[in-house]
Amino acid sequence: MTRNLIGWLQAAPLALVLMGFLVAPIIMIVIVSFWGSTEYSIYPAFQFDNYSYLFASSVVWRVFGATFKYAAIVWVLTLGIGFTVAYFLAFHVRSLTWQIALFLLCTIPFWTSNIIRMISWIPFLGRNGIANQTLISWGVIDEPLEWLLYSDFSVILAFVHLYTLFMVVPIFNTMMRIDHSLLEAARDAGATGFQTLVNVIIPLTKPGIMIGTIFVVTLVMGDFITVRFMSGSQRANVGRLISNDIGLLQYPSAAATAVVLLCTVLLVIGILLRFVNIRKEL
Amino acid sequence: MSKMRYSRRAILKGGVAAAASAALPAPMIWAQEIKDITLRQFGTGVSNLNDVATKVKEDLGFTLEMTALDSDSVTQRAATQPDSFDIADIEYWICKKVWPTGNLQAMDTSKIANYDKIVGIFRSGKLTPESTIAQGTAPHSVGFVEGPGGTSFASEETGWMTLIPTIYNADTLGIRPDLIVRPIESWTELLNPEFKGKASILDISSIGIMDMAMVCEAMGEIQYGDKGNMTMEEIDATFAIFTEAKRAGQFRAFWKTFDESVNLMASGEVVIQSMWSPAITAVKSRGIPCVYQPLKEGYRSWGGGLGLSANLSGMALDAAYEYINWYLSGWVGGYLMRQGYYSAVPETSKNFMSENEWGYWFEGKPATDVITSPTGDVLAQAGETRDGGSFEDRMGAVACWNAVMDENQYMVRKWNEFIAA
Repeated sequence: MTRNLIGWLQAAPLALVLMGFLVAPIIMIVIVSFWGSTEYSIYPAFQFDNYSYLFASSVVWRVFGATFKYAAIVWVLTLGIGFTVAYFLAFHVRSLTWQIALFLLCTIPFWTSNIIRMISWIPFLGRNGIANQTLISWGVIDEPLEWLLYSDFSVILAFVHLYTLFMVVPIFNTMMRIDHSLLEAARDAGATGFQTLVNVIIPLTKPGIMIGTIFVVTLVMGDFITVRFMSGSQRANVGRLISNDIGLLQYPSAAATAVVLLCTVLLVIGILLRFVNIRKEL
Repeated sequence: MSKMRYSRRAILKGGVAAAASAALPAPMIWAQEIKDITLRQFGTGVSNLNDVATKVKEDLGFTLEMTALDSDSVTQRAATQPDSFDIADIEYWICKKVWPTGNLQAMDTSKIANYDKIVGIFRSGKLTPESTIAQGTAPHSVGFVEGPGGTSFASEETGWMTLIPTIYNADTLGIRPDLIVRPIESWTELLNPEFKGKASILDISSIGIMDMAMVCEAMGEIQYGDKGNMTMEEIDATFAIFTEAKRAGQFRAFWKTFDESVNLMASGEVVIQSMWSPAITAVKSRGIPCVYQPLKEGYRSWGGGLGLSANLSGMALDAAYEYINWYLSGWVGGYLMRQGYYSAVPETSKNFMSENEWGYWFEGKPATDVITSPTGDVLAQAGETRDGGSFEDRMGAVACWNAVMDENQYMVRKWNEFIAA
């Protein structure tokens, strides 16, 4: 009986914090998503206008499509780069000191604001930016490349730059826990390096890959500022729809979009978790 | 408290308010009490200047806290957080949106010393008796209410003002004359395929739609009944034209903040775009040629003013009136006019400007000496004239005012779709 009580008391602080700062706000958002709004005020109601607009508008569908597109492309690229970097750090660098030193090196750029890291691409990629000037002086191109900036390319480049570390860290972490005798065993059994990679390392790294994937997918799907700055406001994702609505005082509509986005992201994560049980690894 | 009320009434009754505020009064009797007052003002970056707060402390003795936000956030805050401010520095179209919430209180014009000297645009709507009133949310149309608690706007001067006008200007397109080596005369040039991938428009729906309308009307594609209050069909037609241009790659980017517009222009990403006057100044002060191009169809104009929070009362309210009287008494006007804006009471500002500055900024005369901004940047050399000419030339050629339409919600949805298209 008392043990039971103590258990409850121990869980209570976290439960209260989560209730107050996670569950309650989400419930509030869900409630407001059914409200109505005028230009300058919102009024309580129970109507489906916000949702019916969302699902009926072809623009909204296209924007959700663009959001998935960004998430998919960024995922592939960050996974490729992140896995390679983590692999190098975990298996090629032999001394622990160097591993830690190089790992810290990866994190140094993250001591600055991510807005700064993102915006610093703009003068680099611009029409008269460093990239174009260099390419022209090398004679590779005659005219500046317009698609370098304010395009899907620049948006994805910034995403990859900002979020690759979120892939490196969990993958590196799981790789470090792989017992090296397993690799030796594979080698003794006559596996090539590639076979070891595919049949031993990748299966054992899956939880790390999955955690990195969840980070990257949720960050990209929830982003609005990167898309706004790097596309020069010319592209949209769901986050921008929400931020535009908020700017124009259309809170119920923003809440409805947020609810749909939340459900979508939860669905994606739900599907991902069917593949790998990350709890076993934590 | 009682002492102070006596002193203010005495000043007003004595009929010396005009003289008093011009001479920067701060009556000595209540100097001690007023020092403890803090007024919280928020508004767009254009007029929320720290120099003003410093000068207020110096001249009036109380503290003014400034918060600068973008237009959307300003609207949002005025409408949803009435307790967070004492003075709202907002545009007239924002006033139209926010006034019905009851978060602001009307001002008694008999307490405004320079009321009679305020430019006609803000009172009768006419710059000169012969002027025609431009389309859109003209300031005088949302400038007055029937009485202290009035919620609907009055059609003429009533003695109860919603906003005390402070600053306004006529906006047009900014261009890079070094990169466009031919004359630009019409709004249609924004969509000229010649500038494909080198044009920009601002991503603030209520202002952007007016620029779009100026372009569509100039192209002869759409005849608007009233650009400031479009029908749904007119809105659809306008966006159709711009969506097509966007898909064809006409625009390099859209900008939302002042700095973005400066960077787009200065870096050469864009050669023609919607722009604000001080942004032109900022580009020029980097040594890059930039012109605020007068266009034959006229200007898109805007005006801002100070509104009082409904929560203000007692001594704080008196301090707010004191502040407004000081605002119109010339120092701020001179400061703003030296940045290229206009003051609501130009004649008081004149006292705070040199003859050269007054001639250049207001009368459109060639500068007789170097023109510098209040912060010391060189803006023009001797012999240069202001783009667009004199006050009457510029403010007399206003085609429409920034506006909020009856179909605003529809327009906003369409705007969102345009951005996502």
